[in-house]
Amino acid sequence: MSVRLGLLALLAEGPRYGAELKAGFEQRTGGTWPVNVGQVYTTLDRLERDGLVTAGESDAEGRIRYALTVAGHDAVTQWWRTPVDRQATPRDELVIKLAIAITSPGVDSAAVAQAQRSATMHRLQQATRLKQSIDPASDLAWLMVVEHQLFAAEAEIRWLDQVEASVARFGATVPATLEVDAEDTVEARR
Amino acid sequence: MNTPALRLTDVVRTHGGGDTLVHALRGVSMEVWPGELVAVMGPSGSGKSTLLNLAGALDRPTGGEVAIDGVTLSGLKPEQLAQLRRRRVGVVFQSYNLIPALTAAENIALPLELDGQAALAARQEARAVLKDLGLGGLADRFPDQLSGGQQQRVAIARALVGERRLVLADEPTGALDSITGEEVLAVLRARCDGGAAGLLVTHEPRHAAWADRVVYLRDGVVVDGTAVRDARVPA
Repeated sequence: MSVRLGLLALLAEGPRYGAELKAGFEQRTGGTWPVNVGQVYTTLDRLERDGLVTAGESDAEGRIRYALTVAGHDAVTQWWRTPVDRQATPRDELVIKLAIAITSPGVDSAAVAQAQRSATMHRLQQATRLKQSIDPASDLAWLMVVEHQLFAAEAEIRWLDQVEASVARFGATVPATLEVDAEDTVEARR
Repeated sequence: MNTPALRLTDVVRTHGGGDTLVHALRGVSMEVWPGELVAVMGPSGSGKSTLLNLAGALDRPTGGEVAIDGVTLSGLKPEQLAQLRRRRVGVVFQSYNLIPALTAAENIALPLELDGQAALAARQEARAVLKDLGLGGLADRFPDQLSGGQQQRVAIARALVGERRLVLADEPTGALDSITGEEVLAVLRARCDGGAAGLLVTHEPRHAAWADRVVYLRDGVVVDGTAVRDARVPA
């Protein structure tokens, strides 16, 4: 993703200058995703190359207005219709760390989980304070972004609780020397 | 103010004896200062409820000391303890516990009247508290005419009426949906920002996040969290 799809979605509302797209993208995502002008123009060039966008004539100030093509409109419609692929998220260090911790002799996995829980709770506290300072009437996008952080932190804490409960219940399994099939990764098991 | 509203010093609580001896708390020290909200988290059986009962003087520790507003509880006679509990400590439960036959204002006034204040003055104070919380319009309603969230906000107001500066809240949002729960926490937070001391027991990370500090209990010990802090001037 997708500055590319974000810009396409903004262009679906009507033709825009590059600078307008940059400002619009940042404002509409609650300011959490700054993009630089160069990135915007590089993306527009690629979109033009792919036939999704057309560049107009430059005006008196040398500014170029970009517009969606029919294929561009189709791409946006497709984006709204298609769920985001969350399976393709990169490997998560925390998951790997705890998976190894609970099976490592001599590692206090409860302490590892607790250290993470404290840090995540701190993040949750910060997001909670931030949320209280937001006026939903004027900044709904920012509210939505902060609430995402809130729910993500909460989910992580709940997961850590669950890990700990499972370890307490089933015991930390200490594997003997493992003979691991090179193909037997988490991904392969899916 | 250099006195914590609540101080637990190396508190131990065991139940039973012999083969059935259960250590509910194994040496817990923690403080809650005026102006702060402290959350206690931990799995079932970690000692959260025992901690709250000891903090509210509803139970006595097997070892260690509990002090409320600098008054050590172990030295008090039962009637002194009852008076301290009535005057200094407010408790909020999951199930609101408002008296059905009394209006919101009368519920809040009740602890003041029990403590000898004239009914009229007590009810005026209750109305002022409700107005402060933006609940002025609910003063003459009975509990069954209030939503769950409104009842719980009235319960918090009652817990902190008069001289009371310590509120102990046991899963106060447990019966409420998430948005209503947040409204209740906002009231608790506001009361603490206004100088009250709050101890909040919850299993909801999102609700604990309203606190200034989060203390984790496990098997009767504090495993994490800044449980004791230096004396400080309240905000």
